[in-house]
Amino acid sequence: MRRLSWFNTVSLTLGFAFLYIPMLILIVYSFNGGKLVTVWAGFSTKWYGELFRNEAFLDAAWVTLKVAVMSSSVATVLGTMAAYVMVRAGRFHGRTLFSGMIYAPLVMPEVITGLSLLLLFIAIGLDRGVLTIVLAHTTFSMCYVSVVVSSRLVTFDQSLEEAALDLGCTGFEAFRLVTLPIIAPAVISGWLLAFTLSLDDLVIASFTSGPSSTTLPIKIFSAVRLGVSPEINALSTIMITLVAVGVIGASLTSKRAIAKRAKDEQEAT
Amino acid sequence: MSDAALATAPAEFAPWEDAQATPLIRFQNVTKRFGDFTAIDNLTIDIFEKEFFALLGPSGCGKTTMMRMLGGFETQTEGTILIDGQDVAPIPPNKRAVNMMFQSYALFPHLSVAENIAFGLKRDKMPKDQIAARVDEMLNLVQLGKFASRKPHQISGGQRQRVALARSLAKAPKLLLLDEPLGALDKKLRQDTQFELMDIQEQTGTTFVIVTHDQEEAMTVASRIAVMDHGKIIQVDTPAKIYEEPGSVYVADFIGDVNLIEGNVTTSGDDHATISWAEGQQDLIGIAHDAIPAGTRATLAIRPEKVNIATEKPADMTNIIQGKVHDIAYLGNMSTYVVETPTGQLIKAQAANTRRIRRRAITWEQDVWLSFTDTAGVVLTS
Repeated sequence: MRRLSWFNTVSLTLGFAFLYIPMLILIVYSFNGGKLVTVWAGFSTKWYGELFRNEAFLDAAWVTLKVAVMSSSVATVLGTMAAYVMVRAGRFHGRTLFSGMIYAPLVMPEVITGLSLLLLFIAIGLDRGVLTIVLAHTTFSMCYVSVVVSSRLVTFDQSLEEAALDLGCTGFEAFRLVTLPIIAPAVISGWLLAFTLSLDDLVIASFTSGPSSTTLPIKIFSAVRLGVSPEINALSTIMITLVAVGVIGASLTSKRAIAKRAKDEQEAT
Repeated sequence: MSDAALATAPAEFAPWEDAQATPLIRFQNVTKRFGDFTAIDNLTIDIFEKEFFALLGPSGCGKTTMMRMLGGFETQTEGTILIDGQDVAPIPPNKRAVNMMFQSYALFPHLSVAENIAFGLKRDKMPKDQIAARVDEMLNLVQLGKFASRKPHQISGGQRQRVALARSLAKAPKLLLLDEPLGALDKKLRQDTQFELMDIQEQTGTTFVIVTHDQEEAMTVASRIAVMDHGKIIQVDTPAKIYEEPGSVYVADFIGDVNLIEGNVTTSGDDHATISWAEGQQDLIGIAHDAIPAGTRATLAIRPEKVNIATEKPADMTNIIQGKVHDIAYLGNMSTYVVETPTGQLIKAQAANTRRIRRRAITWEQDVWLSFTDTAGVVLTS
């Protein structure tokens, strides 16, 4: 291993400190025994227990999970279809306009997306609830899926699809049996991205949620306005842990897959 | 040899010379345009069953477009394409009795070698045991039995090429299209594979149409070659005819090494033409099947290996050129001599190095005589 120079050591330390000290403080205080968030009163896990007895938080968590699973699934289907058309259909009339319009929500301020969806739901008389949040989240996360999937499709060798057609597939069979299995990793990461986006969205959800459908970010935000309770620290710690496990797991899996592939290829030649 | 012996001798495979033979593929006045660009220009050609037909030309000459039209991936702008007497324009690729081997092989990376080969058979709803038997047969044909369960990235480039071949042959197509099938292989492997391809073509009796830009490859494998340029077929002939009697300067120059000597036709007729080409040099005679009017500008194309080189003036040769050795290239099995004529033209002659240590009779700056017979070269007007 190479030793880092003092300059690199300092910049690395500063950077990581900047990123992780806030979270570390949060995690440490989630194990605080006292009621006051800022005063250390000994180690305890009682706030975790409190959290799991708090119906309101559990309900919100359940709503969030439902919304995230549904919206990311629908967004994945729609986003993959959009990406496929944009990459495969060639130069049709108005293609640039369409692809620009797919990516526009990426740069649109969330407040505007939220507000316009709210106006739409009121106009068509749709009661706000889980359904409206799912629709709203699908709308804005679909373009992220489309970006991820189309970047994979651009490098996809089109002759694979032609070979499938040549061997007797219909267009849809070629997609299902050849294209989809090969681009599956990109589709899955698109789904994960949409899932995370939906999970932590506050702005759009607060425009489109109804009284019976509070998501976790909304719940946390409104609770914090009345003062930070140690319960929220506990909740946040759980979420950080889940995300960390997910990310580390995914990167280990892909690293192992790449190593295996490299080894296979070396053995083949 | 008696007449009886002649009759029993195996007939040479040449259906294109038989007026009664019905072609498997007919291109009739086919034109293909992409926007303003004409990829195929009013092309008419017949390809017969069991032929190994090569489309040869530089990149962008339209050879790949022709193949893709046969596969069903492009539709012609004008004209008709018939396969087995049937107009194929309305038939999509998945309904054609035509299979294609792609340049990139297009093996499905998520399927094993056996699954790749079985892919087309499964689409045909063939019973499982028959699929297994056919896959085994194909694996034996390309000698890859041991690799059946490997994934494409776990085998070498040459093996991938064979899997692609087996996959495209598995459905026993009437016609197999091969798009630069050996382009990704190194030279040694390519030469071995060329012979393998020919064996497999003969064993299966399938009609092969191969697209290539490698003239050596086309010469080795094909029964006939179509030399293409700018969407047109310049010449269709057997490899030997294409090489020995090119119909135009373009074909002569595209295939192999050639000397092109320009001059004016003096006399013509009786299958030959004479050109005068440089002051102080005697006129040259070559083959010309059609009479050319005297005074026409023409080119004599002569292959370097058909030109003799000597230090003394040969007595009984029709064509003699006098010059000085400009350069010598030693290639191991042969040497190429570049001879400069007094008028400054460079003409190449090749001689086999038959003796192990050749006493160099000919050296740089030496006066030499080049000579060739009256049937060695062809006189071309286009």
